[in-house]
Amino acid sequence: MNFALKVWRQKNAKTTGSFVDYKADDIPEEASFLEMLDIVNEGLIARNEEPIAFDSDCREGICGMCSLVINGIPHGPGKARTTCQLYMRQFKGGGTIWIEPFRARAFPVIKDLAVDRSALDHVIEAGGYVTARAGSAPEANSLPVPKTEADLSMEAAACIGCGACVAACPNSSAMLFVGAKISHLGLLPQGQAERNKRVIAMVRKMDELGFGNCRNHYECEAVCPAEINAMFISRLNRDYTVALTREALAV
Amino acid sequence: MTTTLDSKIPSGPLEKKWEKHRHESRLVSPNNKRRFDLIVVGSGLAGGSAAATLAELGYNVKCFCFQDSPRRAHSIAAQGGINAAKNYQNDGDSVFRLFYDTIKGGDFRSREANVYRLAEVSNLIIDQCVAQGVPFAREYGGLLANRSFGGTQVSRTFYARGQTGQQLLLGAYQALAHQVALGGVKMFPRTEMLDLVLVDGHAKGIVVRDLVTGQIASHAGDTVILATGGYGNAFYLSTNARGCNVSASYRAYKRGALFANPCYTQIHPTCIPVAGSYQSKLTLMSESLRNDGRVWVPKKKGDTRPPQQIPEEERDYYLERKYPSFGNLAPRDIASRSAKEACDEGRGVGPGGLGVYLDFTHAIKRLGEQTIRERYGNLFDMYHNITAEDAYKGPMRIYPAVHYTMGGLWVDYNLMSTIPGLHVLGEANFSDHGANRLGASALMQGLADGYFVIPYTIGNYLATQMGKKTSPDRPEFKAVEQEVRDRIAKLLSIKGKKTVTTFHRELGLLLWNKCGMARSASGLKEALQQVPEIREEFWQNVNVLGDSQDFCQSLEHAGRVADFLEFAELMCLDAYERNESCGGHFRVEYQTPDGEALRNDDEFCHVAAWQFNGMDQRPTRNVEPLVFENVKLAQRSYK
Repeated sequence: MNFALKVWRQKNAKTTGSFVDYKADDIPEEASFLEMLDIVNEGLIARNEEPIAFDSDCREGICGMCSLVINGIPHGPGKARTTCQLYMRQFKGGGTIWIEPFRARAFPVIKDLAVDRSALDHVIEAGGYVTARAGSAPEANSLPVPKTEADLSMEAAACIGCGACVAACPNSSAMLFVGAKISHLGLLPQGQAERNKRVIAMVRKMDELGFGNCRNHYECEAVCPAEINAMFISRLNRDYTVALTREALAV
Repeated sequence: MTTTLDSKIPSGPLEKKWEKHRHESRLVSPNNKRRFDLIVVGSGLAGGSAAATLAELGYNVKCFCFQDSPRRAHSIAAQGGINAAKNYQNDGDSVFRLFYDTIKGGDFRSREANVYRLAEVSNLIIDQCVAQGVPFAREYGGLLANRSFGGTQVSRTFYARGQTGQQLLLGAYQALAHQVALGGVKMFPRTEMLDLVLVDGHAKGIVVRDLVTGQIASHAGDTVILATGGYGNAFYLSTNARGCNVSASYRAYKRGALFANPCYTQIHPTCIPVAGSYQSKLTLMSESLRNDGRVWVPKKKGDTRPPQQIPEEERDYYLERKYPSFGNLAPRDIASRSAKEACDEGRGVGPGGLGVYLDFTHAIKRLGEQTIRERYGNLFDMYHNITAEDAYKGPMRIYPAVHYTMGGLWVDYNLMSTIPGLHVLGEANFSDHGANRLGASALMQGLADGYFVIPYTIGNYLATQMGKKTSPDRPEFKAVEQEVRDRIAKLLSIKGKKTVTTFHRELGLLLWNKCGMARSASGLKEALQQVPEIREEFWQNVNVLGDSQDFCQSLEHAGRVADFLEFAELMCLDAYERNESCGGHFRVEYQTPDGEALRNDDEFCHVAAWQFNGMDQRPTRNVEPLVFENVKLAQRSYK
């Protein structure tokens, strides 16, 4: 298969970037999208041109390291998959593919297609945990958790932290990411003690780092590789309102 | 020059050793803990849990990872589960049975005391993870669920769908993030350790490269803890993440840490077969699939009929035939080798004949498609996405792939290497899995080391280091920094004709063929000649483009491949010298009449720990004898 690529090249966060044309020729349809970029990069090196920088690690859809906006969509076409799980058979041979970095104020470009998503780590640092010192845990079965709630918690916990939700949102909101963590921990009995404190701290940190607010576009849910449901944003809003009220009333 | 290896295994009965050792270990008072600076390299299950726990105790921790976030460490990709001896299923499990299964699964090539400790703390890990909010699978009554895994006859595996590694890592990551917020841990993402610094013979710091700015910097500490994972990517194609590498361990080896059993590599039986030469990695399908899937190949050679058209009587369910009591749940090394045998006989399926079927037809008939979908839905989707085949309608095609490395830096019972002050945790050390790791035991070991072993044993070293602070301004640091800079400059100056990936592929293929699932003295001899040839060409003809003062992925890869090119020789040498078959190390010269691994307990019931003597010198093979007081050495039988 042959493709015309329009790839965003940018030296670093301080410079501006632009699209550069490349050809991706003789690409096997069994190749993954990132393997297609590998092939292009091998060709660039052979011509003594600097290869295109992009992030990836596990290449099996779980680590959340790969990013890319492909033809305008974070993680490209297809439902519930990361960029590394895209295969070239999903693209039409002879076509043009636009490849850009995730774009959001909170995700500065490092180089070409690689961006800095450490803001998401800082949101977790603000409260996305249960305080449980190693050694102090009670027997695991001492606190039963109804299966339905454990399953729902797992659905929220499946978030891979890639940031596609932020890149897809017109407001660059991280509320699906935050909602997933609030729900994962808030649905479990272990997460109750810090529930109010957690949601207030995470939302404030999210605002401080330049993420926008949710205005119900649902773009986040549409691109999420882990199929995190937007209903978790509702849970976030509810928990946040309750926590703010309790904070105001000091109860 | 040889080294005497003191494993520091406590005396006394097996079940009292760890308790006794904890009691006799030195403590560091709370006042003094905050005076110690600890360097943790790696943020996976072992590194992340260690960094968080040590900070909880009051130490100052600096944690480094090459990924953009500690949450991306490759532990995240573990699918199946984590073992523990809870015996919630009332099916006869116990700490001793988990210990015994692990020793036997490792083909009697691991230390009794370490493995017993691992089984002992396994239950604490489950308690800890549940308290952190890890959403393990549960029964309708709200209690924890279990499933069975290869190499055991009890159900002791805890799981969170097919994403257990992810959920356990997020638990450790969140604990780590909490400590970052509290100031106990300073996190350095996108920062790669390029060398270890010794001061007066003790590990006192590291030299790192900031992967974004290219800046080289030194960090000094009172001890260095490596939790940098395994070296499976030496084979180029493996189930490891692209970034996984041997560099931190190998640099430590070159600075004097002994490297134990590098030839022990695990080939996982259930991976998606290779599709083409451009391929960048192999994808694992969780071993849990073998609970319900049946492995088979056609009885006839070169049978190209579609699987549905091959009648039952013309299929060979070879694992069930050869190992009736374990059947499809035979341990990984045995299942992998059997697949290779079937393909070598010309009975493999799919392109190139390098595949076997994993068939769910019977399970779907017995349990219904819905149940199978609930158990393995995400894996079936993954398979469909990669191969465009529907495994609900026809069997999956699978083939073995490099997955895990049991070898690693030699450590004593305190998890300290032969360099004082250098501790090694998780897959990066060698200690617990012997010659073959059982499924769902890697997560257990990583977390055991980080949450429940190193927090106790590190005091034994630190208590001797009061008032011995070093500074990164010392000449020892400056000298290593200069070596690192020179090496980077050299890599960028070669400007040859071949890409880094080309060399990596070439090395990987050589290792797969000569040091993979079946090894022979003659093949290894050839490899020992060819690896240095590839290495020599690499240093003359590699083309690394980019700027050392910039984000430069080719340079990162080049440095890692340069280390693999040296390390590969050590792997082959170890495989060549170990004149027996055991677990994942199968030497074709040593097998039973029916093709099983034939150990040589008289001569090889030991750990081989290699000592670096300079690039032009052969490394020294040191030996730590393995003493079995509580289990009887037997030929493994899963029949």
